Amino acid sequence: MPDYKLNINGESHTINVEETTPMLWVLRDHLQFVGTKFGCGIAQCGACTIHIEGVAVRSCQLPVSAVGEQKITTIEGLSEKGDHPVQKAWIEHDVPQCGYCQAGQIMSAASLLNSNPNPTDEDIDEAMNGNICRCGTYTRIKAAIKTAASN
Amino acid sequence: MSLIKTSYGRRSFLKTSALAGGGMVIGFSWLASCKPSPEEIANLPKEWFEINGFLKIGDNGMATIMSPNPEIGQNVKTSMPMIVAEELDIAWNNVIVEQAPLNTKIYTNQLAGGSQSIRQGWDGLRMAGATARHMLKQAAAQKWEVPLEEITTENGVIHHKKSDQSLGYGEVASLAATLEVPKEVALKELDEFSIIGTATRNVDGEKIVTGKPLFGIDQYKEGMLIAMIVHPPAFGMKLKSFDASEVKKMPGIKDVFSIKTYEDGFNKSMFDADAFPELVVVVGNSTWEVMNAKKALKTSWEPFEGYEDVFANFSGDGTFSKSVPAGAENTESHMEKMEELSTKLAKEVRKDGDPEKAFKKAAKIIERSYTAPFLAHNTMEPMNFYADVTADKAVLSGPIQTPEFMEKSVAARIGLPLEKIDLQMTRQGGGFGRRLYGHFVVEAAAISQKMKSPIKLVYTREDDMTFGNYRPAYHARYRAALDENNNIIGFHVRAGGIPESPLFANRFPAGAIDNYLAESWEIASNISVGAFRAPRSNFIAGAEQSFLDEVAEAMGKDPFDFRLELLERATTNPVGEKNDYDAKRYAGVLELVREKSNWSPESTNNTYRGVSAYFCHNSYVANVLEMVMEKETPVVKKVYCAVDCGIVVNPIAATNMVEGGTVDGIGHAMYSGLTFKDGKPIQTNFDRYRMIRHKEAPKEIEVHFVQNKEHPTGLGEPPFPPIMGSLANALYKATGQRHYNQPYITQKKVVS
Ligand code: FES
Ligand code: FES
Repeated sequence: MPDYKLNINGESHTINVEETTPMLWVLRDHLQFVGTKFGCGIAQCGACTIHIEGVAVRSCQLPVSAVGEQKITTIEGLSEKGDHPVQKAWIEHDVPQCGYCQAGQIMSAASLLNSNPNPTDEDIDEAMNGNICRCGTYTRIKAAIKTAASN
Repeated sequence: MSLIKTSYGRRSFLKTSALAGGGMVIGFSWLASCKPSPEEIANLPKEWFEINGFLKIGDNGMATIMSPNPEIGQNVKTSMPMIVAEELDIAWNNVIVEQAPLNTKIYTNQLAGGSQSIRQGWDGLRMAGATARHMLKQAAAQKWEVPLEEITTENGVIHHKKSDQSLGYGEVASLAATLEVPKEVALKELDEFSIIGTATRNVDGEKIVTGKPLFGIDQYKEGMLIAMIVHPPAFGMKLKSFDASEVKKMPGIKDVFSIKTYEDGFNKSMFDADAFPELVVVVGNSTWEVMNAKKALKTSWEPFEGYEDVFANFSGDGTFSKSVPAGAENTESHMEKMEELSTKLAKEVRKDGDPEKAFKKAAKIIERSYTAPFLAHNTMEPMNFYADVTADKAVLSGPIQTPEFMEKSVAARIGLPLEKIDLQMTRQGGGFGRRLYGHFVVEAAAISQKMKSPIKLVYTREDDMTFGNYRPAYHARYRAALDENNNIIGFHVRAGGIPESPLFANRFPAGAIDNYLAESWEIASNISVGAFRAPRSNFIAGAEQSFLDEVAEAMGKDPFDFRLELLERATTNPVGEKNDYDAKRYAGVLELVREKSNWSPESTNNTYRGVSAYFCHNSYVANVLEMVMEKETPVVKKVYCAVDCGIVVNPIAATNMVEGGTVDGIGHAMYSGLTFKDGKPIQTNFDRYRMIRHKEAPKEIEVHFVQNKEHPTGLGEPPFPPIMGSLANALYKATGQRHYNQPYITQKKVVS
């Protein structure tokens, strides 16, 4: 099995795994970054969303061998003190119910705001449509994204 | 002042010296990244004094309050401790909340189900706080040598006004902890509440948004192995054989074997329901390696013979049995059978007056049938559990709604006495009834025992979605008899399902119509079912409320007026005695939502509206849904909800629950369904199983609570069923077509 040197949340990690191993399991099993969640494994629910160079990617469908030297950000590294505008807005709106989908929702929202600081409702729907929430927190998520955008 | 006795249920719960210190389990302390920060540690008290099983006070005046019930997203981990803190009379920012482990000596009803946590916990939680406050006051009275009656408290500070002395709870906590528990204590008056009724944010909010390991699936322990299961691909099948010779050689794989979760003759509780009691298990070092091995495993399956499954009932004082027929079932034949049974006489459950005569002399009869498919719960966190079983004890931890029941099942399965089982509850990534059925807890224990190693059992989404315990498939046929003046003179509901009926014979409109008949039927099936958010109500509410809409239309009445007239009748001159609702509170939510939505039945600006109301799990919810059509697609613009759940403990979370239930209800009625071919679920993951998504959610939800002083009731379930009715009714207005079969959107293309 090959060694992979990964840049995660600004730190370098070397791991030895089989090349098809999805980043999701590298993060969760091998490095204990368990904030990134498993929901479906087939890029349909968004629970596993991370950033590659600031762009939202479903880590369950991203083999470790495809990452190279690109910068990976997980929910744990989105901000140092949990004070990213999106995280703050999530707290302000008390968005989570069970909370399980929320790391993925936050990573998708943060990526949206990276590329589009003032999204319309339609932009938000478009960017967030791949993130499922069984608890039904969608309306709060949209409100929180707007708050984050205005800050 | 109201007094409350300090014994609750069967037990006098309060003095728990046996627990001292050691009993206060800091849940998850072994999860590395859950360690508190240095500042947090610096602010912690040096010593804690346990006043009772619900709380301890630190020498600096902080309080740790245990949240007894499983947290599945219904927010009890915040709202239950709020109730304790209120009566303790302490500032909320001086409170640390911890998830209590299962402990039947201290807590009652450690179960998440039926929206009962707050309703059943209310008195006990208030008492726990009030008793502690009383003992702290007593300690201060002793210390100052003044009469107890002259002592007051305020936000964690004890005052004696006469002598102008004050001290913090922390200063007398050690003394208070040694005092006798009083027999009776005073509770606050409702208008003295300062925490209850105040928006209080989720105690786990910061951990959630920063990705801390809170959930069962996040657990990790040195040396822990990953286990996954392979279950039969279809209902009606069982394991025949498997060949693991190749798979065992795959990288990272430790073992492959089969287990019987419940051995033959096992005394099952109702929460041990399990369609696939024999499984193949793959155990290895990491999830990906185990997943690959699982895919490569060679298995063969065979049909089983029909059998009777016997379960202990909820209270454990009796049993009931379910017949599990052989065969490979199909949705198509399910639909045919349901349609057929709905035309035959069924079991009479309630009859008022003479419905037959009423229908005979009716000038007009309206008859409509409604259906809904099986649903998979699809909690976003798949089933999983951690287990470490050794020769003399078992540590289990994870997401489970019924820890008390599952502890017993685990003890019986692995052959250890109950007191050797330590069962901890993690935060749960959704419950919705799925985690009432804890076969996966027992599986985890059995696998760990066999492996002699700590293991974490994890289901893939496919395992989870195809394992059963679904919401049943339902059918309801309604008839209404109108006389020549368009008055309703008879009502008939005949409802059934596979394998359970959704009927609630004593709910509205029973009690409001003179001639009433309710019948019920069931079709046995080997597809296993279980409770799903607001069981039975989650179908019958939408069916009934759509039907009433159609009846109102036929009568030429406004749908609000029609419902309110029936409720007026049920209030002033109810038919029959066993009516399961309070007609006044029912009418109250309808009136509130009519006012808040500025109701008019006519469509304005191409906005179409539907109304619905329902009562279940002790709370009343009514809503008005507004819809527009955009490019032939219905778009829900706004939903107004009116809710009567008594005292609202935490308004921000209560509002969130109502919004969530509303979105979830629209989603399931509109898009979701599980269908079968040859016993196999056709939808096995979110590519084919439709869940509501961001774009499809209502653009706005407005929630209004009835202000009253009623004992608080739950909100996990009540907002879910009625919205399906207002959705159907608005869809009719928007499209000109009634929608009878869920999910509405795939039934036919909605055309305006
Ligand atoms: S787990 Fe990756 S999208 Fe669902
Ligand atoms: S908060 Fe529970 S799934 Fe989104």
